[in-house]
Amino acid sequence: MNRAPHADGLAVELRNVGYSLEKRQIVSGVSFKVAPGETLMLLGRSGAGKTTTLKLINRLLETSSGEIFIEGRPQLEWDPIRLRRRIGYVIQDVGLFPHWTVEQNVAMVPRLESWPESRVRQRVREMLELVGLEVAKFAARKPSELSGGQRQRVGVARALAADPPILLMDEPFGALDPVTRAELQREFCELAGRLAKAIIFVTHDLREALLIGTHIGLFAEGRLAGIYEPDEFLHSSDAEARAFVDSLGTEHGRDRSSPKCD
Amino acid sequence: MSFWTFLVHYRAEIFSRTLEHLLLVAAAMLAAVLIGIPVGIALVRRQNLRRWVLGAANVIQTIPSLALFGFLIPVPFMGGIGARTAIIALALYALLPILRNTYTGIAGVDPAVLESARGMGMTPAQILWDVQLPLSIAVILAGVRVAMIICIGVATIAAAIGAGGLGVFIFRGVAMVSNSVILAGAIPAALLAIGVDLILGLVEQKLTP
Repeated sequence: MNRAPHADGLAVELRNVGYSLEKRQIVSGVSFKVAPGETLMLLGRSGAGKTTTLKLINRLLETSSGEIFIEGRPQLEWDPIRLRRRIGYVIQDVGLFPHWTVEQNVAMVPRLESWPESRVRQRVREMLELVGLEVAKFAARKPSELSGGQRQRVGVARALAADPPILLMDEPFGALDPVTRAELQREFCELAGRLAKAIIFVTHDLREALLIGTHIGLFAEGRLAGIYEPDEFLHSSDAEARAFVDSLGTEHGRDRSSPKCD
Repeated sequence: MSFWTFLVHYRAEIFSRTLEHLLLVAAAMLAAVLIGIPVGIALVRRQNLRRWVLGAANVIQTIPSLALFGFLIPVPFMGGIGARTAIIALALYALLPILRNTYTGIAGVDPAVLESARGMGMTPAQILWDVQLPLSIAVILAGVRVAMIICIGVATIAAAIGAGGLGVFIFRGVAMVSNSVILAGAIPAALLAIGVDLILGLVEQKLTP
């Protein structure tokens, strides 16, 4: 878990980024860097600007100030379509195409990128196995025939299918039942360790942030209050960080070290 | 003359009037679909125009059909006596259900699906053709079916402005006080409506993902 070196080798860098809507400042002065292999958790209360920041990275929203660099290149120099195909995107409501099968959903970006069909099929098989879904059983199903947990597994497989160096995740496990959520969190944590991607992961759950993240970026009122390593976070004196730590309850005292998946 | 002997006697005219009727409806529906679906799609992106366009289509729908045909006669270029005027009036009637259903269908696509489509790098054209249209085709087709039924019914009035069609029998029957003659227009019109609706139902089934 080494901090990112500056300039080259970075997957995503935000420099003093702000976003305002109808004169209202939603996000301001956000700066961070994420290198391949790192998972930055954006932690904060609802409305703190985490999701907005995430959407600025793949240009679902346009920055009002500051600069974003993707793989060392200014974001605005990228063609937005090309940029998004280099960035996997997973959202809480999954957003699988209901009229497509699991296989078609996972194959989406590779097919948009006109990969040869044999390679697409191969890749879909690999991805489904990677997220723990049996190919023979699930490939031909429609999203409506899946459970919530299975749907989100497909969502993750779809996001990874074109092997993007960057992965954005917006509370991907937030809508799942606690048991399934814990299962997916553990598996994802293990997966993230193997994939060596730059992952930016929005959550409001400190437990999730501690489990999955290599770093935790704490958001409060549209600003990034600080970036911590998980153990550092538990001992931070920042008031908002304390509020999150206290929300864990007594069984997770301050002197406990952060849980890790491996 | 009994109804049956009338039918046999006039079968050639009934057939040609039915064909005339169908052509009026087909031309009007083609225009309504070609205008209604693109405009309905555009309304989803331009919410500020929505009230005005749907409002105008609503107003047109409330004009009694005979009056609409009458209003159009003196209008330069699109008016006058004959088929052209009738087609324009029919298309105007067909427009509302097509517009409204296209708008409703496209606007009803799950926002999460659209967000992931955009986020994963689909172009706006790909989103329209691969996502929005397939997911709303059933609603759009339902609008086309309603428009079709309205069109087939209203097209009987087109005879009043000399556009022909099955309405010719109905107007003639009323003038002659002859039920047989009225039915010679009304029954084929009803059968047409049912038949076309069945066919569109099958198309809808085929196209629904």
